[in-house]
Amino acid sequence: MASVLAVDDSPTMRELVEATLKGAGHSVLSASDGVEAMRIAAKQSVNLVITDVNMPNMDGITLVRELRQLDNYRFTPILVLTTEVNKDKRAQAKSAGATGWMVKPFDQSALLNTVKKVLG
Amino acid sequence: MSFESSELRAELLGIFFEESAEGVDILERGLLSLADGDHDENLINDIFRAAHSIKGGAATFQLEVITRLTHAMETLLDQVRSGERSTSSELVEALLEGVDCLRAEVSALRNEGETDPARTETVQERLDGMANTGNAAAPHLAASPAATKNEPDCERLWQISFTPHPQLLQSGNDVVRMFRELAEMGELSSSANTRKLPSLSEIDPLQCYLSWELKLQTTVGAEEIAEVFAWVEDECNLEITALDARAFKLHASETEIAASPAPSQPEASVSTKNSESSASVRVSVDKIDALMNMVGELVITQAMLRQVGENFNIERLGQLEDGLAQLARNTAELQESAMRIRSMPIRVVFNRFPRLVHDISRKLGKKVELTITGESTELDKTVLEKLSDPLVHLVRNALDHGIETAEDRVAGGKPESGHLTLKAYHLSGSVVVEIIDDGRGLDRKKILQKAQVLGLPCSDDMTDEQVYGFLFQPGFSTADKVSELSGRGVGMDVVHRNITDLGGSVRMESESGCGTRVSIRLPLTLAIMDGQLLRVGNQTLIVPLVAIVESLQVAWSKTHNLVGQGPIYRLRNEEIAILDPARAMGIVRQQAGDTENALIMVVEAGERRAGILVDELLGQQQVVVKSLEENYGTVDGIAGATILGDGTVALIVDVVGLMALARKRLPTRNRSEKTSESVHLFPAGA
Repeated sequence: MASVLAVDDSPTMRELVEATLKGAGHSVLSASDGVEAMRIAAKQSVNLVITDVNMPNMDGITLVRELRQLDNYRFTPILVLTTEVNKDKRAQAKSAGATGWMVKPFDQSALLNTVKKVLG
Repeated sequence: MSFESSELRAELLGIFFEESAEGVDILERGLLSLADGDHDENLINDIFRAAHSIKGGAATFQLEVITRLTHAMETLLDQVRSGERSTSSELVEALLEGVDCLRAEVSALRNEGETDPARTETVQERLDGMANTGNAAAPHLAASPAATKNEPDCERLWQISFTPHPQLLQSGNDVVRMFRELAEMGELSSSANTRKLPSLSEIDPLQCYLSWELKLQTTVGAEEIAEVFAWVEDECNLEITALDARAFKLHASETEIAASPAPSQPEASVSTKNSESSASVRVSVDKIDALMNMVGELVITQAMLRQVGENFNIERLGQLEDGLAQLARNTAELQESAMRIRSMPIRVVFNRFPRLVHDISRKLGKKVELTITGESTELDKTVLEKLSDPLVHLVRNALDHGIETAEDRVAGGKPESGHLTLKAYHLSGSVVVEIIDDGRGLDRKKILQKAQVLGLPCSDDMTDEQVYGFLFQPGFSTADKVSELSGRGVGMDVVHRNITDLGGSVRMESESGCGTRVSIRLPLTLAIMDGQLLRVGNQTLIVPLVAIVESLQVAWSKTHNLVGQGPIYRLRNEEIAILDPARAMGIVRQQAGDTENALIMVVEAGERRAGILVDELLGQQQVVVKSLEENYGTVDGIAGATILGDGTVALIVDVVGLMALARKRLPTRNRSEKTSESVHLFPAGA
């Protein structure tokens, strides 16, 4: 049982991640953009962050960079979700400090496998 | 994709539909701004993101048509975003068509309409053609990566040398986790190289100093082994080599199994049984918080009253009164909060107009700028739903008949572009929606001529308002020729009726050559209204306060009896027909009452006025309207019913209906006369 912060501007994806992870017994906090995620992160630590890249107000790559500035998020695994096939976004996310990525669309078992992989 | 349960899928689909509907609106609005020459980077990002999000969701649910559409749109928008493509009107039109198809597809999935597959296909081809993705692979639908791998299934021994860069740990990656994953693939042995490890005092705990040599005996191929390191491929040196080529063992049976789960075909359509769309409202958290807050207050008041009631004596009467006053306040606020939940911003209706105006003005070859203000004005959901069609009609009219062509405008000394304004605002307990154009205005003379031709009673000294009122007559049109858009004379009367049905009113003002303003006044909600209570015979009736002009006492001697019209009273140069609801509805008057004077309440419905004969005026009160049709049956002249504080049922008068009814059953001047056929519609105490 771990705590996960799910960040996505799409309510559908947010609910999908939330329902899947909660179903597996994790506790989930969700945010609809980077700014909201930072507000949550300022208050509490989590075991894993899963974030979309393309979001209003603060995009996922900036979020990763900002989270890494926080003491309690320096080593927290951060996964970026991306539908983008080009490797640019991944490289950008990686250099911003992301742990890894997941390609959208994914199904519930793929998400759970990845989360298991990160959380051990 | 597979979901753990069909309920979850249905629930997520519901969310996706709402999200898509919003996304489609954002797309449309954004594209229209683009068409107007707005090239703000944020705008393009917003549009792109809308398409992107819909595509993501659609792919998750394997909705192939939507995925393909949004994919093509996204590709085009991405090209605009990166500056590879400029925004031509051709591009915007193609994308707008895509938006239309998208909207149709989404509503078809929600069981709300039909799709036109041929049209979607044409639009898709056009978008694909523009995006130049005709031969590119279709976008990925959800498919597990493992199923698509085509690795030979033989057991081999792999040597993996893994040298992480010192900063590998700082991205949240964990070497142990990766090894654990490898261990799941087969037999793993590892040895760590500690040569670079400094002495304890010099160790930086954030750095990785170790490297590893791993041996893995597995049936998994090199690609999948590399997959474990995919996230860190830029942060390490990795070599994977096959050591033992002789340990080659075919697992024929497993090959077959592994090959069978081909990427599943997307479901042709969404299961329709699960997605029965229930009418739902999206409510902002603020409103719910306010409601919760009010409920909290109510609980406190209740606790206080209980305390007062537990050992009540006359000394505590003051406390009881305070408590009751507080309860009244709480209830009123609670009612208001609850009503706000049903209300929605008029934005949901206004949103469609930029597109509509864009399309129509293009078709007419006119230049029109649209200004929308007060989009966040809130109205009851039901009112909003019924407001949409009348508004569309009025806007079409303004564009077709009101605003002139660019040449005519320039000739008339006006700016080339016409201006259309949609406005919504609160005005003393109701909401006013205005459609204002700066076109040629209404032609009073022409309307009067037409009225004469149609044989409507008219004269030259009628007020402008009365003249414009003719436009609401069925079959009335002054358009010289019938166009595709308007001018068929059908519509304004429907607009008028729709608005009146909502308990609202329409007014037109115009100045020749300067423009026209149509004002629609609407009640905030249909469920609760301010009513005037009055007594007729043994019945308490309620008349909507908005319909009342004034109440006055008149001597019967001052009234005239017109043949076929019933009694008439001349009130300030206006003939007012006196209607007796008792007569019209068959209410029995126990006693004759005042035979000298009549108490008349002048009511107004649309342009028509009438006086209702009343026995007694009671108080004013907010009443909750209950449907009579649902609980009893339709009764002419009655709009509904409500329950009064003492538990009795009071009927709410439908002013328009009563006028029609009264014309059928004319009252006589002698009010003491009783009709033998009168029926006790609702006997007292019923």
